[in-house]
Amino acid sequence: MASIVYPLDSGRDQGRTAERGTAYSWARFVREWVLTVDHKQLGLMYIIVALLFFVISGLQAAVIRAQLMYPNNSLVTPQVFNRLFTMHGTTMVFFVGMPFIAGLANYLIPLMIGARDMAFPRLNALGLWLALFGGMLLYSSYFAWAGPAGHGSAPDVGWFAYAPLTERAFSKGTSTDYWILSIIMSTISSTLTAVNILATALCMRTKGMTLARMPLFVWMLCVVAFQILVALPPLTAAQVMLLLDRFLGAHFFDTAASGNAVLWRHFFWLFGHPEVYILMIPGFAAVTEIVPVFSRKPIFGRAAMIGASVSIGFISLGVWAHHMYTVGLPSNANIYFATATMMVGVPTGIKIFNWLGTMWGGRIRFNTPMLWCTGFLFQFLIAGLTGIMLAVAPFDWQLGNSYFVVAHFHYTLIGGLLFTLFAAIYYWFPKATGRMLSEKLGKWHFWLLVIGFHATFDPLHFAGLLGMPRRIYTYPTGRGWDGLNHFATLGVIVQAAAILIFVVNVLYSLYAGKKAGNDPWDAWTLEWATTSPPPEYNFATPPVVRSSRPLWDVKHPEDPDWKYE
Amino acid sequence: MPKPGYFCSVRKRCFRTNRLLRSVVLLLLFGGVLAAQSLHSVGNIFKPLATPAELVSELSILTIAICATIFAIVAGLMAYAVIRFGYREGDSRSEPPQVYGSNQVEIAWTVIPILIVFVLTMSTARVTSAIQDRQIPKDALNVTVIGHQWWWEFRYPDLKIVTANELHVPVSSMAQPRVTSLTLRSADVAHGFWVPQLAGKTDVIPNRTNKMWIDPRELGTYLGNCSEFCGMEHARMELRVIVESDEDFAKWVARQQQPAATPELTENRQAFLASPCIACHTVSGTRALGKMGPDLTHLMGRQTLAAMEVPNTAENLRDWIKDPQKLKPGNKMPAVKISDAQLDRMVAYLASLQ
Repeated sequence: MASIVYPLDSGRDQGRTAERGTAYSWARFVREWVLTVDHKQLGLMYIIVALLFFVISGLQAAVIRAQLMYPNNSLVTPQVFNRLFTMHGTTMVFFVGMPFIAGLANYLIPLMIGARDMAFPRLNALGLWLALFGGMLLYSSYFAWAGPAGHGSAPDVGWFAYAPLTERAFSKGTSTDYWILSIIMSTISSTLTAVNILATALCMRTKGMTLARMPLFVWMLCVVAFQILVALPPLTAAQVMLLLDRFLGAHFFDTAASGNAVLWRHFFWLFGHPEVYILMIPGFAAVTEIVPVFSRKPIFGRAAMIGASVSIGFISLGVWAHHMYTVGLPSNANIYFATATMMVGVPTGIKIFNWLGTMWGGRIRFNTPMLWCTGFLFQFLIAGLTGIMLAVAPFDWQLGNSYFVVAHFHYTLIGGLLFTLFAAIYYWFPKATGRMLSEKLGKWHFWLLVIGFHATFDPLHFAGLLGMPRRIYTYPTGRGWDGLNHFATLGVIVQAAAILIFVVNVLYSLYAGKKAGNDPWDAWTLEWATTSPPPEYNFATPPVVRSSRPLWDVKHPEDPDWKYE
Repeated sequence: MPKPGYFCSVRKRCFRTNRLLRSVVLLLLFGGVLAAQSLHSVGNIFKPLATPAELVSELSILTIAICATIFAIVAGLMAYAVIRFGYREGDSRSEPPQVYGSNQVEIAWTVIPILIVFVLTMSTARVTSAIQDRQIPKDALNVTVIGHQWWWEFRYPDLKIVTANELHVPVSSMAQPRVTSLTLRSADVAHGFWVPQLAGKTDVIPNRTNKMWIDPRELGTYLGNCSEFCGMEHARMELRVIVESDEDFAKWVARQQQPAATPELTENRQAFLASPCIACHTVSGTRALGKMGPDLTHLMGRQTLAAMEVPNTAENLRDWIKDPQKLKPGNKMPAVKISDAQLDRMVAYLASLQ
């Protein structure tokens, strides 16, 4: 026990705080925001980039919903609508989801494992700037020269960009090229982050932190990093092939010259399905840290949790063609992919049960982070079950590419992922800024988003069951879709109000929030052992750990975890 | 009858009226075509009217039942945990018992889901195979479906018929099963053939041949739409499947097999044949042999225009030809420079192509 020196870092940083108070200068701005290689600064910058693109892309979604509020509406032209949903999908996946996750990983992993930085700080900076410039490149397409064919502006081929719609013959001008190049930048950025996460988690853990004692958050991000390394290169390769098709007359996907349109779909979903888990598992990771702290119990079934994460990591690499049930694969292939997809439900179920087991018998404090986690549990349960429905291949022949799918994956990505990301923000904001987010505004934010989210996406399931295809810029009346779509759009207004409250909460709390102190939630992982915000070097003395809950051991010397592990 | 005009005005009018009036209006519009037929305007996947859709619907209901049961149990437990184990004022501030897990419980909630997956997998395999691997009977009607940006071409190779956007098939019954076998091809990009009440969707992919089959059991018009994003006008690439009795189908076939009607006024025909339209459209028996656009030989036999919900009347046809980009922006049919007098003659000719 004598070797445990934390939480002794509090108070050591007084001098630095004074230095931070010095006058603002350009040199300081450049040092802090451009030249930085500090994992915390970069992590926050990643998250700021993600939130900026989140707002832009959310506004695009609002226009999409406004267009679909009435049948035969003509708020936007067909082409503008197609650009909107292409940009919305591409932005949300590549320039909101991925940078946010990279930000969380970069900010938290070194703190959680008692390291002073990521393994490759400059690589980290490169990743951030690639993500930011990739996103800017994508959006600069709006200002692109229209070209002699008049097909400039933003891409309009869908975020999945099915061949051969992306070939020169059908996509003239430069819009698709912007899309390809920005995604190549994003995939390189994510690959670098993955390398960095794995190297950091494997090589930089503090003394005494064996893999068995490593926080589950870090474990799950290692699974994510592994998935990124396997799943993103096929996409990068496919993008290069598409570039060759478009500029050098190659015929990979050019069906007019015997190219193969289905090949693109294999490449795309070989990336695209693991991508769903790449986005989702960091959400799981945050929940796995937050639920125990607010239930005042250790995570239920820690080993099972690790096993479940690793098996999701592996199984999800073999399920991609459940996005391709309708391309006419032979029946035995469809049956295989249906089985594999449903198998992912087993480890996912284990996770849900373990979170439930953690809450069971606890004394749950419903502060905002836990509220978000609770909302997540119910909504993700529904998302998972509609996922099982979609996995049943024949059912998918009806549901695929209908509004049911739209509702399903927004349940996963908003009801699931976004709720966990807000949980993470409310949970770690005090650590990163030294101030608490307002609980009162947080509760408004939570309940409005719950109401708006359900108002928007619950009815869309039924539109899908009534045969409404997705990616249509308008629809005829008289098919039972009108009311459902109208209601869905009204929900967007409530969601927008929720997001506005969130923005106000962040800005208000940054300056006037309650002081957080080092450990406002009475938590157990190492990031709470240092000051809020942590100094650049994180820990003055590298901490030594003896169990998976080092701060529990410090706080309960009479009943430490290491006795049982 | 609603005023002839553009899509919106026609349709808004239609649907402000009540259901009965609407049927009357439709009957007037489509004349005899719709007589004694119902319009299956609802794409509800749980109201299947052909074997593939019915098999899927049964499996779907089983899946939903299983998922709903899981939801009820798990959400119930969650709700219980949230209410029962929430911290209340006055609770002891000390930590609750620290429980690290339980192997028995972990095994239980691993094995039970595996059993559920097993049941679902077996039923999925059975239905997948029953639909995909079914032997198509020799007397099946063969139709080749060709997806175009943004309309459908239907070719009946054995009957030597070519038509567009509206697929006519004979009705099937237990006593007299009539299977229609569809061969799906694309002329440009990927499309998707989806008529929810008849069968699940199958993609229509260039440089690839896909197959599906239907055996509709009730007379009427079934609506569907392209289900794979295919560019600008993907939303307005509607499908109609018209299911007819054997007699009506035979009559339709006989009419389609004839060359185009000869109009009373050859001037009208000349107006059409002198226009650039013939570069893209075919009217059999004339020198209009274009292949890019829909075959117009029996144009007026179709209910709607341009794969949209626009009634196929002479007035709408005139508006469409005058400015196709207004009605369906981005579609491949250009407006042609033509005098109003010529246009009237051309429309008169086209309107005679029953």
